[in-house]
Amino acid sequence: MSTTVNAVTCPVCGCLCDDIELTIENGVIAKVKNGCAMCESKFLSYKNEHRNKTPLVRKEGKLVPVSYDEAIHKAAEILANANYPILYGWSSTDCEAQRVGVELAEEVGGVLDNTAVVCHGPSILSVQEVGIPTCTLGQIRHRADLVIYWGCDPWSAHPRHLERYTTFTEGRFEGSEWKEYMNKVKASAGKKKLLSLERREIVKRKPEPIIEKVTVNKPPETLSKAGRKLIVIDVRKTMTAEVADYFIQVQPGKDYELMLAIRALVKDHELDVDQVAGVPVEYLEELVDAMVNCEFGVIFFGMGLTQSAGKFRNVDVAISLIRDLNRRTKFAILPMRGHFNVTGANTVSTWQSGYPYSVDFSLGYPRYNPGETSVVDVLLRKESDAALIVASDPASNFPRKAVEHLVANPLIVIDPHMNATALLGDVVFPAAIVGIEKAGTAYRMDHVPLPLKKVVEPPEGILSDEEILSRILEEVRVIKSQKMQEAA
Amino acid sequence: MVQQKLRVTLLTGRTIEQGVGKEAGKGTKEYFESTSMCYMDAGDMKKLGIKNNTNILVTTSNGSVVLRAVKYPRGAMPGLIYIPYGPWANAICSSNTTGIGTPSFKGTPAEVEPAPDKPILTLEELLRSEFGR
Ligand code: SF4
Repeated sequence: MSTTVNAVTCPVCGCLCDDIELTIENGVIAKVKNGCAMCESKFLSYKNEHRNKTPLVRKEGKLVPVSYDEAIHKAAEILANANYPILYGWSSTDCEAQRVGVELAEEVGGVLDNTAVVCHGPSILSVQEVGIPTCTLGQIRHRADLVIYWGCDPWSAHPRHLERYTTFTEGRFEGSEWKEYMNKVKASAGKKKLLSLERREIVKRKPEPIIEKVTVNKPPETLSKAGRKLIVIDVRKTMTAEVADYFIQVQPGKDYELMLAIRALVKDHELDVDQVAGVPVEYLEELVDAMVNCEFGVIFFGMGLTQSAGKFRNVDVAISLIRDLNRRTKFAILPMRGHFNVTGANTVSTWQSGYPYSVDFSLGYPRYNPGETSVVDVLLRKESDAALIVASDPASNFPRKAVEHLVANPLIVIDPHMNATALLGDVVFPAAIVGIEKAGTAYRMDHVPLPLKKVVEPPEGILSDEEILSRILEEVRVIKSQKMQEAA
Repeated sequence: MVQQKLRVTLLTGRTIEQGVGKEAGKGTKEYFESTSMCYMDAGDMKKLGIKNNTNILVTTSNGSVVLRAVKYPRGAMPGLIYIPYGPWANAICSSNTTGIGTPSFKGTPAEVEPAPDKPILTLEELLRSEFGR
């Protein structure tokens, strides 16, 4: 028997595309329509052999299968007895589980942190400092005629971002540039054909020269055309840069400089240098003309700003640039959030505790000081004495020195799949996959909440993150009250 | 002239292959192949006298790791290497959080040398060598 489910939300990246069509055959997802490669990979491989199948507890150095009850008791014991546990992850689960996470963190007096700390934490810090002129992706889809991706590569990390929200989408007031792009591709394919013909005739042709130097090209005429324009600014030519109207290769670590120069030009100041961060000033002037003359522009930024030198200062100056531009035209700025519900993790944490990430409950009330209460720093200072990791893989994604302390203490992992962290864990829970086997809520990168659907049943007996966390919380309370009674 | 070693700046980040691999599962071959590699500038590879898919040893002040060198297919990026996010990249990435909690995953100084005879560790081997589990 086969059924089709429409309007499924894809639980992979921050685009949270909600137009996925799934064909279910005999209770198994058989076909995925509209999704990108990552989406298909998730929906089609959810049943593969790398799933965790039963709870595991490490005994004599080996992970052995146990019941949920035993694992939950063990996990609760670890957390209830810890002085300063870490509760980390959260970005790939639903808001419902995140909410229980906050409660649990408060109950055990731990540090609650989500993956924003290793990606857009700096963006949040700057937003708290200078505010953010922003909008939803819907507005961009219908109105934006200038899209700039700075230090991010949606073609690789958010594959449908261009097709659904920016350059290649048919908005109400702005059309798609897809046809133009295809024409360009065809033209260059034609050129390649000619070249290969040529090559066959001229036998002694030199091998293609290796380009040794980075050269920034002159802005194309098309930068002043009507309709949507796409500009990419990055330290290397990314996939997205290949489809852009104009690509600027900035020298590594010099985004801040370049941004300041652009700010000066937007304010009609003269620059008395020839180039900034490897980009000739005359090209920058043309770029600024395009920015100032657009109807509605938007800058999307990514890890290229937040993870390289300057970090939140880079975002500060980007937001300030948007403010300057708004004196002359309309502009907005959005961070490209990675995991499908990292925005939700920040939102839930904020509405429950007042702070979006790196929240320390050890004093009985929430404290927030990234750099001190952030999980990587807690680990590097070797202060934590246990950890609960939910739907995340810090053993793969944290610097090695931080992981060393993480695995030196009891480690609880809740994840549908076996990953590096689960391999190193002491208590490992399998979980239902949120958005496939469990319904819930997630926040898109522009803070629009969307429903996640349950389309198939989880493997028999497998609980969701929310249920596992609630049961751990209950058990922690039982253990704590027993301890109080014993003490009394 | 062929050089023995090359000083570079290490960037880490996403690739679509890594994205597809991570969704398929961290234990899969796709994930291994897409994260235990390193994009290099064609000119830099020539300087070291290495070809596409030669193994290289990348060293930073945090450690060393063997990876497969792949020629960066789009334009020049002399002096830069790019390793997709994953356990191999993080074995050598800087852990400096510059006081705000976010490690510097981009812009770590590194050295690259050819290592055609050294094997790339699997995920399990890598974890065992790093953390003894
Ligand atoms: S772009 Fe992101 S949300 Fe959309 S289908 Fe691809 S992985 Fe899913």
